[in-house]
Amino acid sequence: MALRTETAAARVVHPTVAVLERHLTLYRRLWQASVFSSFVLPVLFLLSIGIGVGGYVGRVQGVDYLSWIVPGVLASTAFQIAVGESTYSVLGDFKWVRAYHAMRATPVEPVDMVRGHLLYLVFRVTIAVVAFLVVVVFFGGLHSPWALVTPLVCALLTVSVAAPVTAFAATIDHDSYFSLLFRLVVLPASLFSGVFFPVEQLTAVLRPLAYASPMWHAVELCRAATLGRAPAWPVPVHAGYLLVWAVAGLFLAVRAFRRKLED
Amino acid sequence: MAGQPLIYARGLVKRFGEFTAVAGIDLDVAPGEAFGFLGPNGAGKSSTMRMIGCVSTPTAGELRILGMDAVHDGPRIRARLGVCPQLDNLDPDLTVRENLVTYARYFGLSRAESRRRADELLEFVQLRDRAGGKVEPLSGGMKRRLTIARAMVNEPDLVLLDEPTTGLDPQARHLLWERLFRLKQRGTTLVLTTHYMDEAEQLCDRLVVMDGGRIVAEGSPRSLIETYSTAEVVEVRFPGMPEAGARYAGALEGVGKRVDPLPDRVLVYVDDGDAALAEIQRRGLEPSSVLVRRSTLEDVFLHLTGRTLVD
Repeated sequence: MALRTETAAARVVHPTVAVLERHLTLYRRLWQASVFSSFVLPVLFLLSIGIGVGGYVGRVQGVDYLSWIVPGVLASTAFQIAVGESTYSVLGDFKWVRAYHAMRATPVEPVDMVRGHLLYLVFRVTIAVVAFLVVVVFFGGLHSPWALVTPLVCALLTVSVAAPVTAFAATIDHDSYFSLLFRLVVLPASLFSGVFFPVEQLTAVLRPLAYASPMWHAVELCRAATLGRAPAWPVPVHAGYLLVWAVAGLFLAVRAFRRKLED
Repeated sequence: MAGQPLIYARGLVKRFGEFTAVAGIDLDVAPGEAFGFLGPNGAGKSSTMRMIGCVSTPTAGELRILGMDAVHDGPRIRARLGVCPQLDNLDPDLTVRENLVTYARYFGLSRAESRRRADELLEFVQLRDRAGGKVEPLSGGMKRRLTIARAMVNEPDLVLLDEPTTGLDPQARHLLWERLFRLKQRGTTLVLTTHYMDEAEQLCDRLVVMDGGRIVAEGSPRSLIETYSTAEVVEVRFPGMPEAGARYAGALEGVGKRVDPLPDRVLVYVDDGDAALAEIQRRGLEPSSVLVRRSTLEDVFLHLTGRTLVD
C-alpha cells in the first residue's frame, strides 16, 4: 500500500501532455518524411505560382501576385497538415496500432487523447508556418509586422479543421471514406477559399461555399496581417467563426472517441 | 484494507443489444490472489475483464474495484490497474524502451522515474538487450512479455491478463508462466482469463468456470477436480470409433464412476487407474490404445457443460 501513495504523489505530468509526448516521440523518428510536404512543397508552390504565374497575372488587389498569394499558401499549408495528420493516423491508432485502446486502460481519458493530438498538430503547423515565413521574408512577401500573428491564425485554423476531421476519422471503420473527404471537401476548400484568387471572382452561387469554409476565414485574416490591411469582414467575425468550428469539432471528436472506445 | 476484496461484483450483467455476454455473476477476489476465468471462446470472460478494467460499463449489477465504484471512479481505478489485453497494442514505431516510458507517462510519472522503471522491467521480462530496438521484429512471446512489463509500469495493485499465452509456442508460454509466477510470489494480485486448463492449473489459486455468460463452478483447481471429476481418467480407444463408440461405452459401464463417450475415445472416470485397466482386461475388451492420466480441469469442464473446452 505504501507503493500506491508514492505513485499518487509522483503524478507530475497531465495526461494530455503525456499523449502529446507520445506523438512527439513518434515524430522525432519520422520527421524527415514530413520536411518535404510541410516545408519544401509550400516554398516550391510559392516559387512556381507566385513568381511563375504571377509574372503573367501582374497585380491583384493592389499588390504583386506573390505577396497576395503568400498568406493563402500559409493557411493552405496549415490546412493540409491539419487534415492530412487527422485522417489515416487517427484511424490507424484505433484500427491497426490500437494505441488509443492502450491509452484507454490508463488514466488517460478520451478528452486527453483528442487534446494531445490537436496540440501535436498545432506544434507541427507552427514549425512549418514559421519556417515558411522566414523564407518569404527574403522574397519581400511580407508587408506588415502584423505578419507575426499569422502563426496564431494558422494554429486556430488547425484546430478548427483537425478537430472535425479527427471526429470523422474516429467514426468511420474503413479508410475508403477518406477519398470522399479529400475529393468532396479538401480539394474544393483548397481551390475556392481565396488562396489563389479573390473569392469575388466566384459566381454568386459558389461564394457562400467559400464563406462556409473555415479556410477562407483564415486566409482573410492571414492576408490582412501580411499586407497590413483590414480583412473582408470584421476580425472578431472571422476569428469567431473559426472558434465555433474548433469548439464544435472538439466536442464531436471527444464524443466519437468515447463511443469508439466503449465496448 | 485487510479483508476487503479487490474485486467485488454482484449480479454483474453485460448486454450488447440483444446479446447477453455476461448474465449476472458474483465475484470476490482477495488481495494477493491469483484468480482465473476459465471457459471457451464466447463464455463472457473478456467482457467481464473489460468491465473490471473500467473500459466497459456494466449493463446492470454492482461492481467495485479496489473499493471504488467501477462506473464513477474509472480513471482513479485505472491508475492502479495493470492491463495486458488479448490483442497486442504496442506502438510498432516506438522502440521497446520508448513503449514503456511513453506508457509510464500516461500514469503521470516523472521522466526519470519512467526511465528507471522501464529499465527495471525490461530486466524483469528479459528484454534488456532489445531495449533500443523496434517492436515489430520481436517474436510473439517477446511482445507479450513487453506488454506485461508495460502493465507493471505503474506498480499496479491488480494485474489483468486477458488470455496471456494464446497464440504462443510452448517454450514462450513456459517462459511467460515463469515470469507470471514470479509476480504472484511477490504478492501481486493476478486476474487472468484462459481457455487452457494447464494454464489455469499452473497459475490460479482459485478460478471460476464460465459458460454462456454464467459462472458454472468455482474453487481451487484441485477442489474443482475433486468435486466434479475423479482422481484419474482412463482414455480408451477402440477400432471402429466413432460408430462403435456407444456400444463400447456400454461395455465399459461400471468400470469407473462415470463413462463419457467422445467421438474419438471413451473417457472412464476412476479413482484407481490400474484397477480399472485390470477390469477392462478382465471383461475381455480389446482397445486399440489405453491411457491412464490424472484428471484435469478439461474433465471438469466437460462434466459441467457436456462440451470440450477447445474446439
